[in-house]
Amino acid sequence: MIEIIQTGPFNTVQDLGRTGFRNIGVTTSGAMDPLALKVGNSLLGNETGAAVLEIQTYPFKLRFAKQTSFVVTGADCGASLDGRMVQPWCALPIEAGQVLELGQPRVGTRAYICIAGGIDVAAVMGSRSTSLRGAFGGSDGRFLSTGDVLKLGEVSTALNFPATGLAVIDPAYALAYVYPANEDGVLLVRAIPAGEHALFGADAERFWMQTWKISTQSDRTGYRLMGEPIKPTTPVEMRSHGVVSGVVQVPPSGEPIIQMADANTAGGYPKIAGVIEADLWRLGQARIGSRLRFVRATHAQAASVEKAVAAFIDDVRSTSRMVCDALQAMK
Amino acid sequence: MSASVVKITQPVEALALGRNGVRVSPIGSRAFLLEATGEFDLASQRRIWALSRAVELWSETLEIVPGMTNLLVVLKMTPEDPELLALRLLDAWEQAESIDLAGRTIEITVTYGGEHATDLAALCDRSGLSDREVIRIHYEGTYRVFALGSAPGFGYLHGLDPRIYMPRKTVPSLNMARGCVTIGGMQTGVAVLTGPNGWNSIGFAELQMFDPMSATPAVMAPGDTVRFVPASIEL
Repeated sequence: MIEIIQTGPFNTVQDLGRTGFRNIGVTTSGAMDPLALKVGNSLLGNETGAAVLEIQTYPFKLRFAKQTSFVVTGADCGASLDGRMVQPWCALPIEAGQVLELGQPRVGTRAYICIAGGIDVAAVMGSRSTSLRGAFGGSDGRFLSTGDVLKLGEVSTALNFPATGLAVIDPAYALAYVYPANEDGVLLVRAIPAGEHALFGADAERFWMQTWKISTQSDRTGYRLMGEPIKPTTPVEMRSHGVVSGVVQVPPSGEPIIQMADANTAGGYPKIAGVIEADLWRLGQARIGSRLRFVRATHAQAASVEKAVAAFIDDVRSTSRMVCDALQAMK
Repeated sequence: MSASVVKITQPVEALALGRNGVRVSPIGSRAFLLEATGEFDLASQRRIWALSRAVELWSETLEIVPGMTNLLVVLKMTPEDPELLALRLLDAWEQAESIDLAGRTIEITVTYGGEHATDLAALCDRSGLSDREVIRIHYEGTYRVFALGSAPGFGYLHGLDPRIYMPRKTVPSLNMARGCVTIGGMQTGVAVLTGPNGWNSIGFAELQMFDPMSATPAVMAPGDTVRFVPASIEL
């Protein structure tokens, strides 16, 4: 078990989301940085999609009630264990009673506390993620609050991490070869033109050329962007249709909205583009007030990035077990 | 890793394949939207239902989301060749025979008028009808669930009498109650969540539309027939 000692609002239990219910209007939810979740779980020997804590407001503090192992992935928030520094992306064994504390992030925005066995809240409609909109899943369908006690899942074959920890290279570096580097602090987000792209005429080019700022009206549901408005050349009346996270819609104001993990399941605004799946985690770590630019991509490019990411996660899983077994054998 | 992955600035044209008033376009890397751009009617929707059944069986399909005369297909993985996928979808549409789903009939008891009917007066102004007439036209209608979406268990109901069509509000109500019976454009429905809502409320229903703990969480399913039964009319 773990006990939440201190938390701000908006911190939730998340896994990879509630797939398969968009057709009845249920948001997928799931981690805003699914890569951090997958890497954390793979390092610990958990199922890739095991439930973790997604922390986006700080400080955050929890106490472990039993001996286990954990890793903090995603944002680097100067974590400490009983007051001693803990490296991000580094799995550590832990004794009962130890206290983990996360401060304001230095890099990124969302940290993932992954624990061996995963967070064992009840699965609702096939997922443990919190559906804030529907108020179910996770910890009673709501944010974590001080005093919450959460169970941990059973661990069948525990990995024995060395006391000094076992770290994985931050995917931002390990996968740098498949991700474009920031330009002057501007995040480059790859996207594919969507259905109404052509209707924006000359404004479509301005969509790709300009730098957009992530406004304060941004959360797990979507990011509202600020910049020079773009408008379709003629008004468009759309019939409601299903959407997925990453869709870039343009409401009448002309300032685009990127739907994120808690995306609405249906939409009717014209769509100018859709962010490729493999780039969504970078948006999940982007700060409010930071800038981004969209870069046109193809499906073939998206598919090869996806493969590189999947191979990295597989590598983390097999290497972690191999190293832990070898260290155990040397004892 | 091949060099092509790193070379990310090569421009590509929007992929939007069309054929006989039907088009397919991508949303991001893994989702494709097929839209039948013809009539917004039951005949088009029956073909969408048939297409949904066919595409659901494809091995690469993760999820299907039928919309209003359209279908979103979410794939398990990003396809290398999106055009091939789009063409397969267009072929499937051409082969899709119209099917009628043998749905249930759902009766929804409504309190028309009263404190929740915040937009009834505006609807009377627009239609030139009295409040009683608007309400009578609404409960005398027989509706079909075209699709679910937007919020858990929310059904888009088709079959509204054109005399009481009412466009969505440009400025949504900030806190419309769950249960409000609403009209949005050519459609009607029952709000399933309390919150911002752009549809026009004319009454209130107690029926719980969604229960995440149930084996079938949504009360409505595409193809169901819905009738509204007036419990009381408060004017």
